[in-house]
Amino acid sequence: MSKEDRYQTLIGIIKPYLPDDISADSINRDSHLINELNINSANLVDIVLDVEDAFDITLENEEMDDMQTVGDALNIIESKVN
Amino acid sequence: MRKRVVITGMGVCAPNGIDLQAFAGALETGKSGIRFYPELERLNFRCQIAGKPDIKKDYINNYFTSLEQRGLMASGLIYGVIAGVDAWRDAGLQPTEDETTDWESGVIFGTGILGIDKLREAIHLIDEGKVKRLGSTSVTQTMASGISAYLGGIIGAGNQVTTNSSACTTGTEGLFMAYERISSGKATRMLAGSCSDSGPYVWGGFDAMRILPRNFNNRPELASRPMSASASGFVPGSGAGALVLESLDSAISRNAKIYAEVLGGAVNCGGQRSGGSMTAPNKTAVQKCIREALRDSEIGAEEIDSINGHLTATAKDPVEIENWCKALEREKEDFPLINSFKSMVGHCLAAAGSIESVGAVLQLSNGLVYGNVNCEDPHPEILKWIHPSRIPQASVRKAPKIVAKASFGFGDVNACVIFKQYNS
Repeated sequence: MSKEDRYQTLIGIIKPYLPDDISADSINRDSHLINELNINSANLVDIVLDVEDAFDITLENEEMDDMQTVGDALNIIESKVN
Repeated sequence: MRKRVVITGMGVCAPNGIDLQAFAGALETGKSGIRFYPELERLNFRCQIAGKPDIKKDYINNYFTSLEQRGLMASGLIYGVIAGVDAWRDAGLQPTEDETTDWESGVIFGTGILGIDKLREAIHLIDEGKVKRLGSTSVTQTMASGISAYLGGIIGAGNQVTTNSSACTTGTEGLFMAYERISSGKATRMLAGSCSDSGPYVWGGFDAMRILPRNFNNRPELASRPMSASASGFVPGSGAGALVLESLDSAISRNAKIYAEVLGGAVNCGGQRSGGSMTAPNKTAVQKCIREALRDSEIGAEEIDSINGHLTATAKDPVEIENWCKALEREKEDFPLINSFKSMVGHCLAAAGSIESVGAVLQLSNGLVYGNVNCEDPHPEILKWIHPSRIPQASVRKAPKIVAKASFGFGDVNACVIFKQYNS
């Protein structure tokens, strides 16, 4: 899986959690998951589980805390899969 | 001065019909929703038959978003949302806009235990040291009030939103609580109902108590036999029923259709004294509950046209008939027509009172009394009290004006509600 593939996979994971008034097209690496994409904070735990399943990795508590933006998530994934 | 309360919407998700129209048709024709479940056979249940709403996956799409459906395992929650949303729509009501809370609408939606399959999943994950894998909805699918919370959120309710729990009395009790809230002026409308999960983890305890029939596994539709001499236990069921209760003033002002009026009711407990126990009713308490419901409704016993009993198809059915006779001081040919919808849907436990109340009210709005199935051989102890003509074997086109509905539950708890035909 290339870096771009991983990005697209992550976007695919995030998409179902977006509220109706947020378009998937508006997602970019700088998007803040809660403040900008308006994802329900309770759903962040589900996103983490989906990420773990999709990339076959395990995220630690601190890593989950650091996962503020799409870019943060991608960096953590990159560090784990390599 | 009490406010008058009417029913302006109904929804149901029952083993023999998953919407109001299908349910009404099933009750009228005596269609059974009891089926054999191989899973129960595999798990060594003595009773391998049950009543379970037949919900297809794409039907759920009408009620839950794809996101909400991820990891959704609480069957009672699914039934409750289907029935509750249907009832609200049936009443001609809409969910509020995003920034609007409806302070005059509330929800009382009961259950016995919610989301037991989700709870099982959580227990397994926790025992494996994987608590983190529970996801975000483990709590909301397994908290008892998950059902009222879901429905309150869907419609935007801002009045009391709660879940009551009183075993098999739950649905009827909740309806009466909703009635009291509106009649006392504390709410304008209430979504009242109850739900019960399906499956072996709910039904297993009853199988262990040996109160379910075990000789009908190859004849499921004949198994649930309330008031019958050949009754051998209750068939476990599941599902949900929901009714929108509303002040008459509000119903008239928005020109809503009115199914029936709720005249009043009563709830009490036998204290597990005088023959009452955790599982058996104190006769004095049952009779007192029925009489108090009549007094609360300001009607005489002679005005009852039809009774929808609790009548589960256990050895307690004759005792229930005796209690009705003594409470109403009516017997033999003078006894009202009596029926038990459990003959078609089984005993839907916490959902029983609400599913059966929906059926009882349909009798008033559709002008008939539904028949009993599987009671061609009424119990001799019952026939000592009432004439066999009082137990209709098929639906009777005889419009009742007043119907009494009662439910009784473990813990020696009782509830009785009186419904009346509404004429504008």
